[in-house]
Amino acid sequence: MAFAVATRQRRERYIQLGKAGLFLLGLGPLLGLIFGVLNERLGANPAEYLIRSLGDWTMRALWLTLAITPLRHLFGWPWLVRYRRQLGLFAFFYASCHLLSYAVFDMDLDVAEMAHDLVKRPFIWVGFSAWLLMVPLALTSFNAAIRRLGSQNWQRLHRLVYAIALMALLHFFWMRAAKHNFNEVAVYGLILLLLFGWRVRHR
Amino acid sequence: MLLRSLDSGFVHPHASEITPEKVWQERRHWMSQAAIGAIGVTGVMAGLGGPAWAAEAPADKLTPFKDATGYNNFYEFGTDKADPARNAHTLVTRPWSVMVDGLVKKPLQFSLDELQKIAPQEERVYRLRCVEGWSMVLPWRGFSLAELIRRVEPLGSAKYVEFQSLADPKTMPFVGSRLLDWPYVEGLRLDEALNPLTLLAFGMYGQPLTNQNGAPVRLVVPWKYGFKSAKSLVRIRFTEKQPATAWNKAAPEEYGFYSNVNPEVDHPRWSQATERRLGEDTLFAKKRKTLMFNGYADQVASLYSGMDLRRNF
Repeated sequence: MAFAVATRQRRERYIQLGKAGLFLLGLGPLLGLIFGVLNERLGANPAEYLIRSLGDWTMRALWLTLAITPLRHLFGWPWLVRYRRQLGLFAFFYASCHLLSYAVFDMDLDVAEMAHDLVKRPFIWVGFSAWLLMVPLALTSFNAAIRRLGSQNWQRLHRLVYAIALMALLHFFWMRAAKHNFNEVAVYGLILLLLFGWRVRHR
Repeated sequence: MLLRSLDSGFVHPHASEITPEKVWQERRHWMSQAAIGAIGVTGVMAGLGGPAWAAEAPADKLTPFKDATGYNNFYEFGTDKADPARNAHTLVTRPWSVMVDGLVKKPLQFSLDELQKIAPQEERVYRLRCVEGWSMVLPWRGFSLAELIRRVEPLGSAKYVEFQSLADPKTMPFVGSRLLDWPYVEGLRLDEALNPLTLLAFGMYGQPLTNQNGAPVRLVVPWKYGFKSAKSLVRIRFTEKQPATAWNKAAPEEYGFYSNVNPEVDHPRWSQATERRLGEDTLFAKKRKTLMFNGYADQVASLYSGMDLRRNF
């Protein structure tokens, strides 16, 4: 009995350590970009570089979040789920940075111009909506929120993540479509297909 | 100042305002030193404002060489802006020849050396506005395309000029990819091609073109979006029908045949009203307004009188 408690405590410590590690890891891309700006390492068009890589990191974090459940089952690692919330919040964090950098660097924070852009361009509209849908998920990511909503309602709400991923993919697809440059889009699409396919099979 | 005829070339409207990079860097240095001095000696001086010439800041500064040669669209070598600088070393630019044919009295194949000598070359500083919303200011070396056109004597039936870039899958890794229909083809109306602004360029920044900038010979059409200025030319053909151009074929609703720089006609996915001047505008600077015909309206607007530029974008 005492032995089991000690093991559980040790495991808990490892998980907490892992969370701290993931937190630092998750900040890495942002710190790298800030370092790049300060040292003029982002090429001739740093604004474009920032907007695009913040978008890339949003998708990477989101895809990792969605990979947790299949990987947990595939490898028999139940503890993986403990990292899902953090990954999801990083996806939201980078999506917010992505949106903010578009607003500052592309739009000069001109609200009228942004509203115009939003209405006129489906590519912007879809990207913005995906971010908007992430907001309630981020706001209900705390344990208290899960308790308040009840786990079933909470789960239902958080199924929005599938729509968000599809919208992010469409946003990326449209961004690349005009240049017929679909290689990366195809990679993201294929991974998403695998992740969704696994869920359909293991319902 | 030298007097020039329309044929012998074109004087950049802001030539006197463009300050070579070295000079303005020295100026900046001098100004910062002066400012430190002024603050140190007396705070009153600073209140008087800078010297008179500081107020008339140059409108266009040359883009730093490293940005002009490190940030390129040249899809034959990859889609990332840094790819051409990384990959274009494989391009073989000698021997090189350019076939000039189609509806002309004297079709001719020029070796690069012959072509470079048909007219005196001159330095011309042009703004370059990319359809993606960024711009540069580049010092080219070459002569007006009109010099070449006159030598081959176009027939009366010639209405357009088609420009073809090299498409060699052995030296250009992305030729054969499905990005575009290769070879890269661009086109101008004959009167656009004859406009003295239209430049056949062999050099940039006082040296031969680097591979990633379209060595050994390219087109520069400063009042149109950058993709109209085809690189690494191997053929110039005179036609009766409007040439099917690469980007127009790939996405006709996004890239028109004319593609004149026009702040009033948006790209479907972004506004063309403003631009970011690379190497000059800082990250948090407000984007600058894009000028009609990239600021060359005085020279070229008459080419399009009576045309609906919204439809013929």
